[in-house]
Amino acid sequence: MIGRRCGAWLAGAIALLPGCTAGDSRIALHFWAMGREAEVVLELIPEFERLHPGIRVEVEQLPWSAAHEKLLTAVAGDSTPDLCQLGNSWIAELLALKALVPLDAHLARSAISREDYFQGAWDGNVLGGSVYGIPWYVDTRLLFYRTDLLAAAGFTAPPKDWAEWLRMLDALIQNSHGERYGVLLPLNEYDSLIALALQQREPLLRDNGAHGNFANGEFERTFEFYVDMFRKHYAPPVSNSQIANVWTEFARGYFSFYITGPWNIGEFKRRLPAAVQGKWMTAPLPGLNGPGASTAGGASLAVFRGAQHAEAAWQLIEYLSQPAVQQRFHALTGNLPPRRSSWQGALESDPYAAAFRDQLERVKPVPKVAEWERIATEMRLVAERVVRGDLSVHAGALELDARSDRILAKRRELLAAGTIL
Amino acid sequence: MTAAARAGLILAFPALSVIALFFFVPVIIALALSLTDFDIYALADIHNLRFTGLRNYVELLKTPLFWSALGNTLYFTSVGVPLSIGASLGTALLLHSRLARFRGFFRTALFAPVVTTLVAVAVIWRYLLHTRYGLINYGLAHLGIAPIDWLGNPHFAMPSIIMFTVWKNFGYNMVIFLAALQSIPEELYEASGLDGAGWWLQFRHITLPMLGPTLLLVSILTIAGFFQLFAEPYVMTQGGPAQSTVSVLYFMYEQGFKWWNLGTASAVAFVLFLMMFTVTALQMGVARRLAIP
Repeated sequence: MIGRRCGAWLAGAIALLPGCTAGDSRIALHFWAMGREAEVVLELIPEFERLHPGIRVEVEQLPWSAAHEKLLTAVAGDSTPDLCQLGNSWIAELLALKALVPLDAHLARSAISREDYFQGAWDGNVLGGSVYGIPWYVDTRLLFYRTDLLAAAGFTAPPKDWAEWLRMLDALIQNSHGERYGVLLPLNEYDSLIALALQQREPLLRDNGAHGNFANGEFERTFEFYVDMFRKHYAPPVSNSQIANVWTEFARGYFSFYITGPWNIGEFKRRLPAAVQGKWMTAPLPGLNGPGASTAGGASLAVFRGAQHAEAAWQLIEYLSQPAVQQRFHALTGNLPPRRSSWQGALESDPYAAAFRDQLERVKPVPKVAEWERIATEMRLVAERVVRGDLSVHAGALELDARSDRILAKRRELLAAGTIL
Repeated sequence: MTAAARAGLILAFPALSVIALFFFVPVIIALALSLTDFDIYALADIHNLRFTGLRNYVELLKTPLFWSALGNTLYFTSVGVPLSIGASLGTALLLHSRLARFRGFFRTALFAPVVTTLVAVAVIWRYLLHTRYGLINYGLAHLGIAPIDWLGNPHFAMPSIIMFTVWKNFGYNMVIFLAALQSIPEELYEASGLDGAGWWLQFRHITLPMLGPTLLLVSILTIAGFFQLFAEPYVMTQGGPAQSTVSVLYFMYEQGFKWWNLGTASAVAFVLFLMMFTVTALQMGVARRLAIP
């Protein structure tokens, strides 16, 4: 082991690898994690190493912005780690690369019970009946809103359905002279549109992900609702980079609703001025008739096919999945735990987390095809054109079908040949 | 082969082999890749790789985004290059003028953008161009012009990028022009002055012809550089709004490194190469016609 993994590194980086000494007989488990999670997980590792004296965990930190490229390059170069933190939407792509191993055999004799997990979060890791990742933390999109501005407009509770939401938005922009808006839906992000589109019964791709499924009544109704937000001036037609600072603008009341994720609970507490603290709250995403679904995002832990220590990797996954460890992880990062039993304790009394707890019972994964990210990007681009008035909603939906079908062409061929699932 | 030629070849061999290994081999592999449908599935299993002949090129020519990227690049180049060279020549003439004061200071100040980090100045320019808090719109408001959404409006995004790029790059050519201006013999101006030539005639018949070779060099380098527009939209607009700042290179980057369609990306690279080759050949042809050495 030391010979192969460390030998090449020794040449340049002896000082950086204190673990690579001949005296250490423990196996080295290579774990790639991203961004803040990679920093924080270092605090959880010593306890794991104490419980498993034969294992030494080497955490490698990847920045989120470069993680995707780095993973694909690692697969191409056959230099993958033992286990990795994976964005949920990447699982299908890495499976197309045949880079992950199924975890069913491990699960069968493990204390991890899938019933304890939020179903949408768990489902995102299941492909062709096999489990390829264990959710580490979950993330979904819902409403952050200004309670004071809503009360001033005559509403005491957040919206439950689309119609009520539209009434509120309409009331919020009265007498605003285009200086204020109801909701911020950045044109360079697809998350809000996809969250709303996941509420419908029709899947976004049909025939096992072989074709786009946009030109139908259900998606077009969602699309119409989304585009109407801009047409009626409830939402400013801007991208994120044009809003210099979302927290400042939220505090100024430039918009009252913002669809975003759990990390912003901490950011809002930290960055909003004292005058606005206590005047904002979170609420589940409204649906067509009552509370609707939203995206099942977040990250999972997955074991690579090339792993040298798959068993040790699984032990680390089991350790990180324990409710007590997940609660500590939440305390350190603010990330929401994917197991219901991990929500007991501090999280239960957090008023801002309550809406997330409720929403997590209604989350859905995005379609599990390797091309999804490209299709999602096309959704954003076509939506931007419809918002700017270049296309009608129906023409936009047809365009989305055409573009998805073009992107999925090779997938269709391989599906027909039986090379992929 | 003479002994001298053999010795020459042996001495040149290390350099030639490095060029062959790190330039020609990758280029040939990229050309081969551009004739296949190399994508993420092929990365998983090489049996999923197919030889597709010229299909990538045909598909590319049928992709609207490629054409709009090409249009954006040509727009950027055709407006940006004359502006950039004009700005460089103008400032070089001003700095060269006998009336100029604090020459050293201005030379440094005007050259400074070239050596600053692109990402850092792009962040500052994003603030300058901000619709509601930006200095530029603040100035326009004093002239009674309504605020312009510089980076958010598809019609203004490319002009903003051009403005930024010209500002960032003109100092480089300015220094080259300045050196060329200083090498024009003073006697030519004195002699023509005695014959009664004014500023414009001197510029038209002495300065410009003497700058000919420099102008050719500068225009070839600038056009080649402007064709490869990438970092500015990558940092400032991510290709938006409504893809109005997607350049050919940005399109290639997304195909290759975001979507892992290396076949398509290689085809884009070759199309771009052919275009730049043609434009440069045309420039050389025009220069030869004008008898610029």
